[in-house]
Amino acid sequence: MQPVEQRDEVEMLSLMLLIRRFEERASQQYQAQKIGGFCHLYIGQEAVVTGAIAAVRDDDYIITAYRDHAHALARGTSADACMAELFGKETGCSRGLGGSMHFFDRKNHMYGGHAIVAAHVPLAVGMAFAIKYRGDDRVTLCFFGDGAINQGAFHEALNLAALYKLPIVFICENNLFAMGTSVKRSTSLRQIVDRAEGYDIPGEIVDGMNFREVRDKVAEIVDSIRKEPHPAFLEMRTYRYRGHSMSDPASYRTKQELEKYRLDDPITRLRAQLTREGKLTNEQFDLLDKRAKETVLTAVKFAEKSPQPPLDTLYDYTYADGSGAATVKQGR
Amino acid sequence: MREITYRQALNEALAEELERDPNVFLMGEEVAEYQGAYKVSHGLLQRFGPRRIIDTPISENGFAGLGVGAAMVGLRPIIEFMTFSFSLVAFDQVVNNAPNMYTMSGGQFNIPITFRGPNGPAHQLGATHSHATENFYASVPGLKVCTPATPRDAKGLLKTAVRDNNPVLVLEAELLYSSKGMVEPPDEELLIPLGKAEIKREGSDASIICYAQTVPLALKVAAQLEEEDISAEILDLRSIKPLDEKAIFDSVAKTHRVVIVEQDHPFCGVGAEVCYRIQKNIFDALDAPIIRVSQEDVPMPYNERLEKAVLPNAEKLVAAVKQVCYA
Repeated sequence: MQPVEQRDEVEMLSLMLLIRRFEERASQQYQAQKIGGFCHLYIGQEAVVTGAIAAVRDDDYIITAYRDHAHALARGTSADACMAELFGKETGCSRGLGGSMHFFDRKNHMYGGHAIVAAHVPLAVGMAFAIKYRGDDRVTLCFFGDGAINQGAFHEALNLAALYKLPIVFICENNLFAMGTSVKRSTSLRQIVDRAEGYDIPGEIVDGMNFREVRDKVAEIVDSIRKEPHPAFLEMRTYRYRGHSMSDPASYRTKQELEKYRLDDPITRLRAQLTREGKLTNEQFDLLDKRAKETVLTAVKFAEKSPQPPLDTLYDYTYADGSGAATVKQGR
Repeated sequence: MREITYRQALNEALAEELERDPNVFLMGEEVAEYQGAYKVSHGLLQRFGPRRIIDTPISENGFAGLGVGAAMVGLRPIIEFMTFSFSLVAFDQVVNNAPNMYTMSGGQFNIPITFRGPNGPAHQLGATHSHATENFYASVPGLKVCTPATPRDAKGLLKTAVRDNNPVLVLEAELLYSSKGMVEPPDEELLIPLGKAEIKREGSDASIICYAQTVPLALKVAAQLEEEDISAEILDLRSIKPLDEKAIFDSVAKTHRVVIVEQDHPFCGVGAEVCYRIQKNIFDALDAPIIRVSQEDVPMPYNERLEKAVLPNAEKLVAAVKQVCYA
């Protein structure tokens, strides 16, 4: 594990490209009906997860809501396993049993992928509780959207984290809309970060379209938490270019608004910074992008040729002791 | 063996499991400094300290979820609900997060958590505080549900629940906390497996299938019926899920007549499931239609006389047994 300041920014740009190309391809495969259920894309928000991941250790705990493909990719889950999960295949990161909204990867400390808005925020607090209980120096990063902050579970969780002084960073990915309802129409506060103040949790607003600002802010907070466990809250101002899910044309916002944010694109921005500093040429960027596209195309092929989960395993994942069939099915 | 109360039995189970496994902790409202709303956790704070016996604010959804998250990373939480009526505030965590995680993650995250506390109607607490939740929770794949009726079962089932690698609900009987019974001495390990019913009284004319607060009721009725030369067998399910079908079928094959007395509501209640399985599997063993005695299908009234009318009682149960015996 490299110290934060040395983690290669070109590598992180490459990760942002992988996320974007993955999501574009997922969108295409969804339209081709290879992917079922709901599918929520992360395009536009890439700097948030990549910046945060660049600032933590590989063994820190990561948990998020249903817009979760990017979090798994950033944590090191392969594009193959992610795409196969969308296809519902046995080789998927959740064996095809979770789907788009339920990506899990125990090995890489990715704890989901949770689809009930804010219901995972108490889970994150429990993970932070376990860190403090054991006395180790990990940190939990809990991602959620602006829609989560008006749910009871969120409030209970923040109070518990503050009360027990737990090592957790609450990262609100404020993309301005909870599905089709703007923050202005859902939240009585002028700014979301003020929620944290109500629980005596330090909070800050971060430009979520700026990789470096996200990384540096998360690094600073995580460093302080490792020294003395406490919760913190970051409101990441970001924007999703696509609708809430694949079925949403996003008619609740204007083209002008979308174009304004596209000009501030997180990938374009980091690329420009690196180019200006002589750390990246156009040719190198094109090569990174080409590689990302190839990785994703390979993932689609992998997902397509992967097997379905066998029907006779239907009851294998109900109880951890394998008693599923006996408990649920017996005598019926 | 020595005689202790149901409350003491649970307290011993908690203490023994906390002692055995450093990953076990107890969390809930008033469990620590107040020593437990029903004193089940009496003395545990003094013995194990505030790191492992943890008071919470009144935030059932929050601390139930905290438990599930802690279980995802290897701890073994025991979450106390002051009553299971309050678990409804945490329904999303108990029903949507705890049992689904193992499936949704493709088997990567099992949730070794115990949710426990008093369940079922007590005495004049009104509609919001009188819920019998066993049929709600037993209908959820991924959960296990047990309902101890005696001090011995309470201790043995709770200890087993804590060691289980899945979410287990231990639905204690609010009215039985002070009841007494014989239990093995503390130096003798007492584990009662989930999914094993127990014949609490042998009989030959009819099977009374019961659990939790209806077990002492059934035993009382059996003694009464004996005077009228009706021999009732009392089968205590102990676990609702997994359900001990073999014990049920064995008893029915012996008596050929069945009354199910349950503490939940009649519509989609536990007895409906038991009934279905009996008729599907050993229809020919039955000499009479099965009768269920449950609560009346109304929210619980506060008025004492009306409350008694809602609950299963000796009169209703005696009548049901006589009916299946054509007596």
